[in-house]
Amino acid sequence: MRIISINPDKTAGSADFDGVKRDVNLTLIENPCIGDYVIIHAGFAIEKFNVEEAEKQLEIFRELAATMEGQK
Amino acid sequence: MKYIDGFRNSETEVAISRQINELGSRLGRKLTIMEVCGTHTMSIAKFAIRDLLPENIRLVSGPGCPVCVTPQGYIDTALELAMSGRIIVTFADMMNVPGTKSSLSSIRSSGARIESCYSPEIAVEIAEKNPDAEVVFLGVGFETTIAPAISVIPCASVKRTSNISILSSFKLIPPAMEALAADRELGIDAFLCPAHVSAIIGADAYKPFVSKYHRPCVIAGFESLDILSGIRSIVMQALAGEARVENNYSRVVRDEGNPKAWSVISKYLEPSDAYWRGIGIIPGSGMSLKKDFAEFDAEKRFGLTIVNEKEKKGCRCGDVLKGKIVPSECPLFAAKCNPSSPVGPCMVSSEGTCAAYYKYSK
Repeated sequence: MRIISINPDKTAGSADFDGVKRDVNLTLIENPCIGDYVIIHAGFAIEKFNVEEAEKQLEIFRELAATMEGQK
Repeated sequence: MKYIDGFRNSETEVAISRQINELGSRLGRKLTIMEVCGTHTMSIAKFAIRDLLPENIRLVSGPGCPVCVTPQGYIDTALELAMSGRIIVTFADMMNVPGTKSSLSSIRSSGARIESCYSPEIAVEIAEKNPDAEVVFLGVGFETTIAPAISVIPCASVKRTSNISILSSFKLIPPAMEALAADRELGIDAFLCPAHVSAIIGADAYKPFVSKYHRPCVIAGFESLDILSGIRSIVMQALAGEARVENNYSRVVRDEGNPKAWSVISKYLEPSDAYWRGIGIIPGSGMSLKKDFAEFDAEKRFGLTIVNEKEKKGCRCGDVLKGKIVPSECPLFAAKCNPSSPVGPCMVSSEGTCAAYYKYSK
């Protein structure tokens, strides 16, 4: 889910996933920012989602699929 | 959705599956991989991952469903607290877990106050709204859940709520992996390590285990490509005769984990021995409240002791949790034990191995 609002004390906010909004406790992650993707468990953000790492892995998968397509 | 669908591409599934089959044939021997996490168990069944693997690569499910490994005696203690007028607040998946004689959902229909919650913060809100009642939150879960659950204490402290406590049955994954790896009868060659537990403890947390037991440990996410690429990494390590920690879920898991979450856990809790349903006591596999926070410890607050029980006759959840048998080898599976009338916890929980087999294999 993506953080869309943060309370002034930064302990809580709200997050959105595909139009579904949910309150989220932010006390377990460092420096939450609006726009951060986070993993939410039991109402708490437990870790930030690293977009750069996700893109790297997706690229590897895309290359693999392209290689296999080339072998057909 | 990009970061979900992108990790579920069927063409890439086939590509990785081909690689695993080729690697498996070069390996030329059986390889037993345990997935320790209940969400992995569900994903493996949902994506029919076993159908994409060669015969010599065997996946077995481990004790990674927290509800499944919660002792029956714990449920009995929660029932006792509810029957004596306390308000019990719990995650919904605990509601139908059978105790010795009853379950939380059945005593609720008889009038006991059992509330299910999405977030532990709800337990504090319920305590605030019911200042004359004692509220007990059922603290069940692995590292992922421990940090949110124990946050009941700081939340209650901020709101000056003193009528709340935690009945703790927290458990840690790495000591359980040690117990399973040490049991040679189980023959586990490698571990597919949990995703969100690892987000808390970090990839480095498995290094002592790998040094001691020489089993490949690969952290993977929950989507089909995550799991298949995790299996591929394990087979590659096996082929090379290596045993390393590999983090294939770097989009969420850091080497050091989440230090802030871990600092909350270690402020209130300390390691202890824990009883796992179907397995027994595993040294150092639990987390108990520190003495300084005894007022939040429901066992101490109400003078109770959780008594570990004998397993129900015929139920083989213990063997399922250790990966010794698959659910269909249990004589009760899908007959006397089914989702409408579960005998053992592995059929109750949405992440239970028996529930996964029942839902996707029947």
